[in-house]
Amino acid sequence: MSTAVALPAPVVEMIGVRRFFPGPPEVQAINGIDLTIGQGEYLSIVGPSGSGKSTLLHLLGLLDNPTDGVYRLDGVDTMSLRERRRAVLRGERIGFVFQSFHLLDHRTVLENVALSMVYVGVPRRQRMARARVALERVGLSHRMEFAPTTLSGGERQRVAIARALVAEPSLLLADEPTGNLDSANAEAILQVFDELHSEGMTLAVITHDDHVSRRAQRQVRIVDGTLKW
Amino acid sequence: MRDLLDEALAGVAARPTRLILTTLGTVLGVAALVGTVGLGQTAAGQITQRFDLAAATRVVVQPDDKGGQEGEAATQLPWDAPDRIKRLNGVEAVGTVSSLQIGDDLVENVTGLNGGTGKALQVMAGSSGLWDAVRGVLKTGRFFDDGHDQRADKVVVLGKHAAERLGINRVDSQPAVFIGDEPYTVIGILDSVTGRADLNDAVIMPNGTAKEAYNLESPDAVEIRTAVGAAQLIAEQAPIAIEPNNPSTLTVDAPPKQGAVRKGVESDLNALFLLLGAVALLVGGLGIANVTLLSVLERISEIGLRRALGAARRHIAVQFLVESVIVGFLGGLLGTAVGVILTVGVSWVRDWTPILDNRLAFGSPLLGAFIGLVAGTYPAWKASAIQPITALRGT
Repeated sequence: MSTAVALPAPVVEMIGVRRFFPGPPEVQAINGIDLTIGQGEYLSIVGPSGSGKSTLLHLLGLLDNPTDGVYRLDGVDTMSLRERRRAVLRGERIGFVFQSFHLLDHRTVLENVALSMVYVGVPRRQRMARARVALERVGLSHRMEFAPTTLSGGERQRVAIARALVAEPSLLLADEPTGNLDSANAEAILQVFDELHSEGMTLAVITHDDHVSRRAQRQVRIVDGTLKW
Repeated sequence: MRDLLDEALAGVAARPTRLILTTLGTVLGVAALVGTVGLGQTAAGQITQRFDLAAATRVVVQPDDKGGQEGEAATQLPWDAPDRIKRLNGVEAVGTVSSLQIGDDLVENVTGLNGGTGKALQVMAGSSGLWDAVRGVLKTGRFFDDGHDQRADKVVVLGKHAAERLGINRVDSQPAVFIGDEPYTVIGILDSVTGRADLNDAVIMPNGTAKEAYNLESPDAVEIRTAVGAAQLIAEQAPIAIEPNNPSTLTVDAPPKQGAVRKGVESDLNALFLLLGAVALLVGGLGIANVTLLSVLERISEIGLRRALGAARRHIAVQFLVESVIVGFLGGLLGTAVGVILTVGVSWVRDWTPILDNRLAFGSPLLGAFIGLVAGTYPAWKASAIQPITALRGT
């Protein structure tokens, strides 16, 4: 089942992962998934709502634990980790981009981006400088001191991307990144993803939108908790 | 560590209106505590101050009544008693006082006015030091001195009420009063005395005059004003100084031991006030707990985001706890300020000396912080228990 990938060290390696939610009735949200994402890959996971793609995202992002199976992130077996270590790994290795952005309204754009370095031990003095660089990379250097509420949806999502990137994660995990955006803004976000891909970033985009999905280098479809190729 | 503080501060500062409303309970509680304890201490301080001034420095020596029972001459106070007492360390002023038996003589002014009906005016005799010993304040004129005493001048000083009843309120025209048929020149009018209310209703003449006119044999009592804190000592020493051979024949009136009275009053007041403050603080703490809990629910997505960014449960718990402590501390700080202002304000209006324990003023903000800590524990635990997937879902 697993797709052979040429790159030597896969970022994500899932073998026989299952996630059941205890009932009644018991829900088999993820029912035996094998998935490997190689370094620098741009993968899309597409599926209708209720297909288990959100659960897969949570498992990939270490926000949730598989019921059984093996999940290695950057070669680290995540199944045996305690909560503290999982939190650190999550902060260091994964950058999240959410459909609803999840920016803190009361903090400036710059502070929002710098926030993702607070919990992973980046020295204070470096944080602002790195946040600036990340914002420049997504083309928002003119908005650094703004409040997120004053920005357009596309700009907010670019802030979120900058926040996801600034801690230099191994995997950028995006959950319906264009779901709240109009087509022009969505296109801008997808272009950012294309650029990131060309720079060697590993991306996994979860979406129900085929248009978004087609931009990826490789697409998998999730139906009823299992992957279809 | 500093990051946590920064994040918590930002979290607190994000909603200033709510911050004010949240601290309100603690502000009121701490203000009530500081204010009531401060006012309690101040009020108790006033009570004890009055004690000090009025009674705690007054010692009176009188001959023992029993001495004269078997026809034997009662102990008499010597005329030089004031001189003997004055040598004692801690005595500030001393004087003798005696009531005179004037028989059928009436006290009248020149027009025959004798103070109307009711109790007849007293005639008393004193030494020149009496005025000072009873903290006398003169309304007008002067008190008699040793010269008047030695010459047995026919002069009197009127007590406040005596002067009113005789219709005399000035002495510059040298008004006279008659005691029986003898005229006496009024040289002064007392405004107030302490401890000897009977002087207010009396016409007071020098001892020497009384000896000549009414055969006064000995002083009735020796009034002593001591330095603060010396009363107990003087009470022990005075009989020996006056009557070295027979000190037990003298009765000494001395103030009760300080401390007992003062402590009783203070602890009564403070217990009540502390209870009030504690109730107010409890309400304040519940307020913080409530609002923090509400804010946890509101900030679920923020909690989820922080978890996604690598925050462990511990980080979330500590952040909310620190926020709650900051709120409590701010409330305590403000409340302390309000309480201090209240205490000083009331003292100013009532003309009191504000008394406030330093420990209270500096401890209260910490108390507020502690309340924040206690109040924040449950919400913080609640926040840390939120699953990141739940927190990130929706919206």
